[in-house]
Amino acid sequence: MKRGRTGLKSQCQIFPSLGEWAKRPKWMTPAQDWGNLPHHVVLQIFQHLSLVDRARASSVCRCWNDVFHTPDLWRRFEFELNQPATSYLRSTHPDLIQQIIKKHAQHLQYVSFKVDSCTESAEAACDILSQLVNCTIKTLGLISTARPSFMDVSQAHFVSALTVVFVNSKSLSSIRIDDTPVDDPSLKVLVANNSDTLKLLKMSSCPHVSPAGILCVADQCHGLRELALNYHLLSDELLLALSSEKHVHLEHLRIDVVSENPGQTHFHTIKRSSWEALIRHSPKVNIVMYFFLYEEEFEPFFCEETPVTHLYFGRAVSKMMLGRIGLNCPRLVELVVCANGIEPLDEELIRIAERCKSLTAIGLGECEVTCSGFVEFVKMCGGRLTQLSIMEEVLIPDSSYNMEQIHSEVSKHLGRMWFPDMMPTW
Amino acid sequence: MALNSIHWFRKGLRLHDNPALREAVQGAATVRCVYFLDPWFAGSSNVGVNRWRFLLQCLEDLDASLRKLNSRLFVIRGQPANVFPRLFKEWKISRLTFEYDSEPFGKERDAAIKKLAMEAGVEVIVKISHTLYDLDKIIELNGGQPPLTYKRFQTLISRLDPPEMPVEMLTDTLMGRCVTPVSEDHGDKYGVPSLEELGFDTEGLPSAVWPGGETEALTRIERHLERKAWVANFERPRMNANSLLASPTGLSPYLRFGCLSCRLFYFKLTDLYRKVKKNSSPPLSLYGQLLWREFFYTAATNNPRFDKMEGNPICVRIPWDKNPEALAKWAEAKTGFPWIDAIMTQLRQEGWIHHLARHAVACFLTRGDLWISWEEGMKVFEELLLDADWSVNAGSWMWLSCSSFFQQFFHCYCPVGFGRRTDPNGDFIRRYLPVLRGFPAKFIYDPWNAPESVQAAAKCIIGVHYPKPMVHHAEASRLNIERMKQIYQQLSRYRGLGVFFSSKQEVLCDGITCSSLMSVTCSSSVQFYLYNSPLKLLYIQRFGDSGEEKPQSGKRVREGRLSERAVGLVEEDKGPRHEHNQRWCLSRV
Repeated sequence: MKRGRTGLKSQCQIFPSLGEWAKRPKWMTPAQDWGNLPHHVVLQIFQHLSLVDRARASSVCRCWNDVFHTPDLWRRFEFELNQPATSYLRSTHPDLIQQIIKKHAQHLQYVSFKVDSCTESAEAACDILSQLVNCTIKTLGLISTARPSFMDVSQAHFVSALTVVFVNSKSLSSIRIDDTPVDDPSLKVLVANNSDTLKLLKMSSCPHVSPAGILCVADQCHGLRELALNYHLLSDELLLALSSEKHVHLEHLRIDVVSENPGQTHFHTIKRSSWEALIRHSPKVNIVMYFFLYEEEFEPFFCEETPVTHLYFGRAVSKMMLGRIGLNCPRLVELVVCANGIEPLDEELIRIAERCKSLTAIGLGECEVTCSGFVEFVKMCGGRLTQLSIMEEVLIPDSSYNMEQIHSEVSKHLGRMWFPDMMPTW
Repeated sequence: MALNSIHWFRKGLRLHDNPALREAVQGAATVRCVYFLDPWFAGSSNVGVNRWRFLLQCLEDLDASLRKLNSRLFVIRGQPANVFPRLFKEWKISRLTFEYDSEPFGKERDAAIKKLAMEAGVEVIVKISHTLYDLDKIIELNGGQPPLTYKRFQTLISRLDPPEMPVEMLTDTLMGRCVTPVSEDHGDKYGVPSLEELGFDTEGLPSAVWPGGETEALTRIERHLERKAWVANFERPRMNANSLLASPTGLSPYLRFGCLSCRLFYFKLTDLYRKVKKNSSPPLSLYGQLLWREFFYTAATNNPRFDKMEGNPICVRIPWDKNPEALAKWAEAKTGFPWIDAIMTQLRQEGWIHHLARHAVACFLTRGDLWISWEEGMKVFEELLLDADWSVNAGSWMWLSCSSFFQQFFHCYCPVGFGRRTDPNGDFIRRYLPVLRGFPAKFIYDPWNAPESVQAAAKCIIGVHYPKPMVHHAEASRLNIERMKQIYQQLSRYRGLGVFFSSKQEVLCDGITCSSLMSVTCSSSVQFYLYNSPLKLLYIQRFGDSGEEKPQSGKRVREGRLSERAVGLVEEDKGPRHEHNQRWCLSRV
């Protein structure tokens, strides 16, 4: 442990209590020092180490081992569950997992599970969940890092594991269960036990939940501030429930709109009055919509004024639709278009610049905009555009500007250096 | 004492603009040009038949050109480190010359050979001619780190002196008194092998679409420039269906093997531009193809793990899926997406695909659909793609998979839509996937949507004669964009609602550039993330956006949770809300 000594002076500046300890009497020999460090000193040091290093340090002596198991170091934990056949990343060591369940289940407050594509990993996560009985978990995240392997676990197994946490925690405030087989009954259990504390619920792509299930959550959990779900769960009743007097201001609503096959899903419309009620109740709410649809499926959207703030189009979106957005989305803050086509979008962009006065971020890929049109757009938006991410191929040089000139012209209007996103060509 | 020299060909397979070769000949009594054929071709044994054929054609061409100078090429089987000592003795060598190889593996190999040469009393002369610039100078100018954005790279380049002029082609006159002793059995001992001798079955092998060799390269460059002059337009040409096909003016494989000198290309482009545009200064974008290549060489030269995710300081760790079956389908053009399969078929058959086609298949494999590691894609390209060398291939794959270089990841290429927009009629598909010829343009990009009657008429039932699509694209891309967001949110702790992450471009400060700075501007704290920073950081100052020189505030950085990548957090406790336009300056204390 000699290397510790050389950095001692600088360490003292970061760890004041270490400074105190540094003034110890000279007769304390190096071998005795380290084992006798005060607990709080070791704790401070441990907080700066990675888990692996901490675990290693804990095998040095009993004192350090005790500190390793201090409840404070176990408030936050991320379980990584990977199989070598499906992932390049390592897993949390099974022994460590056992230790946590045995000694620290009751200390855990902020827990997440990261699993790879293998069903085994998701099942292991469920097994751990089922054992977290004496816990006071506040934050729970179930995250699949590749394919959604939680969907491959038997629904019964998943639901029973999840409800263990729902029932025992009683103070859950933030839950992320996207891409899982959670269902209406488990949401009822969640609500029955945590309605006072729930603030955040992310459950995009949970196919077993129905609009009634999520409505139950909105009705009972009046502290809910952030919600993420799929469009088929969105209803007028839900928006009204989120706008009821008892409900706090909603901060963030994320909606995923995903198609199954061309023309196979018909999307219902939300009444304008429901949107208006939501905005009246929560004027600052961010409404984020992610679209993964075929072009012909957009018909039901943006026919009337829609208070969306962040729009992402993961596939091609038509010129007409972009025109509608310019007309009907006055609160728009961010717009991302993955692909449009080969007709220039000048008119649509200019209308968006005119009507969407809060627009600060725009991203365009695989579209076409003439350079003059683009400069016009930037001029109209001016410095409020903090994020302007345009693929180089999008801009079509014309008689007024070529590619060199556009970069300086746009930079001028933005008030900072700007250039388009480039892709390697070789 | 007679001076006998060896010129060692590795890349740089040409006689024009070859300063190292000229050094070999200068004042020498004899010169022998050698090429080593060992299993370790460019650092890996993963090489397909098109690449071997191209290389052999290059060697044949070199041999033919050397014959005109009464010399020959010596092709030697074995590893340089094993063979050189024998050759030094046998041929009484006192000088060894070769072109500088900037790749980490190359530098290591060359260091070992230099040592051997020193021990044998052999003078070693190395010249830079595979890149436009001395890459170490670029790195030096950037504070010891390679630039990680292309724009930064361009800025640095514009501050350097222009590249050195290409040197003259080796001629009889330049050879002077220098000769090459050639034995009777030269062909047997040192001749260029054939594909068959290397173990390939050439029966039915179609002729090369890209014939190798310096002669071909020099013909092509003239054609390339003729076409540019005729068009009188140096803008990037618009993409159309024809661009997808191999062009007789395409130059990338020749640049890679060194059959064509990049400096020659650079100066010819400059001359042509000046002639056509009446002496105006050429923009940097004119040299796009060359500069991208240079950019990746620079990024890779000091990073032996450049082609890996683990342990690579500039590569983001993404939890890619391991899925050999899915990878095989992609590599063998059996994904069920005609656009992807046609591109991969062209790649395997001919050895070259258009760069937008590369984007499409790379995106599909990695962050778009299959979520498979870019390292796997890189290996497939290495095998099949003629112009893929280590630095450029790895760099491009990292770029296209958003693993490095600060790429915005929101944009995903659709395996149906992208192709359809590029070539609406579908001729490219029909050419490379003849089984789909009968499909009308309406369905050729998504034949699984065609009614049964159409499939029957096309004599191709999806699922029987051509595979069904291996993923549901909308679903896959939805999942994957979430994954990318998760990863980037962890990196910069940007609790963003949308999909952008902000990155402040590199900030120059007192010669120390922070080559990656991501700042979060939603609160009064700035979190930054340094890649590959050997310097412990230090001091951060905030300047206002009115361009003033004095900092508004400064703070010593408290180094928080340090991992192998330094992450620091600066908190301004009081003070005005952080504006987007402020510059942050980092310096050594």
